[in-house]
Amino acid sequence: MKYIPVSNHQSVDLKLIPQLSYSEFRDVNVDLLFEAPERHCVNYFGVELDGELHLFSCIADDNSHEVNVSSTVVNPSVEYHSLTALNHNFENFEREISENFGIKYSDHPWLKPLRYPKNRFDQSSSIANHPFLRASGEELHEVGVGPIHAGIIEPGHFRFIANGEQIMHLEMQFGYQHRGIEDLFLKKRKLIERITLAENIAGDTTVGHTTAFVNLWENLSGFIPDYSLDFSRTVALELERIAIHTGDLAAICADIAYQLGNSVYGRLRTPIVNFMQEWGGNRLAKGLIRAGGINFPFTSELSLRLLEILKAFEAGFNEMSGKFFKLPSALSRMEKTGVIKYDQALEIGTVGNSAKMSGLMRDIRISHPFNLYKTAIQHTPIIKHHGDVYSRVQLRREEIWQSIGYLRTLMKSLPDSTTPPNWQLVPEPDKFIISLVEGWRGEICHCAITDSKGELEIYKIKDPSFHNWMALAQAVRNNDISDFPICNKSFNLSYCGFDL
Amino acid sequence: MVSLILILIASFLIMGIISRTKSIASGRKGPGIFQPMKDIFRLWRKGSIYSKTTSFLFQLAPTIYLSSVLMAILMIPFGEKPGIVSFSGDFVMFAYLLAIGKFMMIVSSLDTGSSFEGMGASREALFSMLVEPAFFILMGSLALFTGNTSFHSIFSALHYGSYVSYLLSALVTFLFVLIAMIENSRMPVDDPKTHLELTMVHEVMILDNSGFDLGLIMYTTNLKFALYGALIANFFIGSLPLFLSIPLFFLIQTGFAVSVGVLESFNARFRMSHNPEFIFMLTSLSILVFFGVLLILGKFF
Repeated sequence: MKYIPVSNHQSVDLKLIPQLSYSEFRDVNVDLLFEAPERHCVNYFGVELDGELHLFSCIADDNSHEVNVSSTVVNPSVEYHSLTALNHNFENFEREISENFGIKYSDHPWLKPLRYPKNRFDQSSSIANHPFLRASGEELHEVGVGPIHAGIIEPGHFRFIANGEQIMHLEMQFGYQHRGIEDLFLKKRKLIERITLAENIAGDTTVGHTTAFVNLWENLSGFIPDYSLDFSRTVALELERIAIHTGDLAAICADIAYQLGNSVYGRLRTPIVNFMQEWGGNRLAKGLIRAGGINFPFTSELSLRLLEILKAFEAGFNEMSGKFFKLPSALSRMEKTGVIKYDQALEIGTVGNSAKMSGLMRDIRISHPFNLYKTAIQHTPIIKHHGDVYSRVQLRREEIWQSIGYLRTLMKSLPDSTTPPNWQLVPEPDKFIISLVEGWRGEICHCAITDSKGELEIYKIKDPSFHNWMALAQAVRNNDISDFPICNKSFNLSYCGFDL
Repeated sequence: MVSLILILIASFLIMGIISRTKSIASGRKGPGIFQPMKDIFRLWRKGSIYSKTTSFLFQLAPTIYLSSVLMAILMIPFGEKPGIVSFSGDFVMFAYLLAIGKFMMIVSSLDTGSSFEGMGASREALFSMLVEPAFFILMGSLALFTGNTSFHSIFSALHYGSYVSYLLSALVTFLFVLIAMIENSRMPVDDPKTHLELTMVHEVMILDNSGFDLGLIMYTTNLKFALYGALIANFFIGSLPLFLSIPLFFLIQTGFAVSVGVLESFNARFRMSHNPEFIFMLTSLSILVFFGVLLILGKFF
């Protein structure tokens, strides 16, 4: 066997993962992705184990519902052929490996620093002299946006090469946040510290990332969560999806200066996040998801309250959407703006909404089900085909409807047990585990390897933004530069999830 | 004299009424109608910060911008009372006084050397250039209609005799409102509320201005609004006595501000590349006015 298939958050012995020679490893992984839209690379990372640099590649297969894991050992002083040269899915992963360990690739087409972490291999590379693609000639001009965002949300630099009002090329550069979350996961040894870290990987996906972490941690420790835990996580995930999607619709309305939509969608989001506060004491659901138990059990009073809130939300949401999705001036801004075609999405390896908008099926809820998605909820992903801003907006509207439906289904089978969190979960030694969760933005992938004492050897985090930023860069090509903000907002990708 | 005082008063209120309308339309409480003016007074108490890449032009421009608009206001009559400056062909001077102010703002934004401001300047220059024919065709048609060539004589001679001319006046008012929206960088051409530099037209040109200068520019915008409101009011005031015409003036200014607010609340703005098409449409509509005038005067054949 050249790779081992593992299920979502199923821990396997590290030594069961086949170790191939680099050329074999390269062939296997590229072959897995060759003309196989059902497979994509969910994680590919390097880790030093016993003084050797191991590379692990995780290729998810949507049909078999498994992740194919293979590994190899490389020598940083040798130059290798890159996987990216054969399949662009690996581009960012190889840039990361090269940045962290100094591996040289002879044929990587875009080998630039990725996020400038503190412990990068080449300390002489700095964010101030990032090797941007330069334009030459009289007609083209460059526009630099950031790193201070116009709405002061998060730092990131966008470099446009434009021909008048038309964007020819967009290059993005991140890495301003230097939090070093993956290292902190190793340094902070208490479970509560690690959960708090997971909650803060990306502020807008608290539930998604925390669920990925606790699913991983519980399975790594041999703990089997009961129904009440799966229930609360699934409810929280769907609530987060509704809240953020509604907020995004408000922000998209703001970007096209549609004031009514901006204020109404903004108001609609509030009761949903306020319900999170009623439930767990925090509007962003911090403190809600815990490993081995929950501090805030979902009671029948909360259930009645949620149904009430959803009823009011749905009425308001449908009324507003009825207007917004029929408004000619809004439609003319959204249709055919920022298009990503199916082939592009596949080549980039986009995930989540950025894939589903172009007809590419990427939804962990059905491909690698977790929590209640395999049992109580029979998920059918919503797929759009045009890949433009309007598809992304429609996708949000329909996912909100779908989530409301799922929540109503879940409210019919409330859990009765109330387990407080279990802080004594001890991970098993020499294990490899991969945990996939469909957050509102798309697939979240957490990966962990434990050493012989059961301590974390590496904790690898991948936010969907890691794949999807490239989709934004491609989507804005040949569009008006003034349409960039609405394209950006319709993707709504995370800066801190990328920077880590 | 009357018009200058009335326009100054209106300029203090007009922005507040627009933002109040927008607040009510979106179900928010919103700031009071004096808030925009309070903000400007706050800015006037501050100093300005100048970037080292800018030259004296950058410091000069806001003052010239304000004075050009003030001079243009001097030419606005009030019904039968002429403006402080009034001569044959004054509307040509009026248009180019406004253009001088705009030119200075464009030059000063290029002076900062910022790529954002360069883009904003090019958009502003393009839109102003495209809207100019519409204004002149309209004023030319009115001059032809009344047989006069100054603001004062045109407006005091403006009387509506037939149904066709009522239709024309409605069309002229509509066009003036839209021209005012473009000239003042409002929706649907520009969005004054946005925080996104890449989509801005006017706002991006003043990114580097601060304190007193920024206050001047913001106040000038208010003045321009009131100026266009006064022009529109003049279509209706005619020879009414002052005790009727002054309330009517404020009624029209308020109506103008409210319609701007409503227009900005319930629509999305245009895609930048559709703006020139929209402005061309205004020019073609003003040609319709011109033909209408020819029709009324029987000069068509």
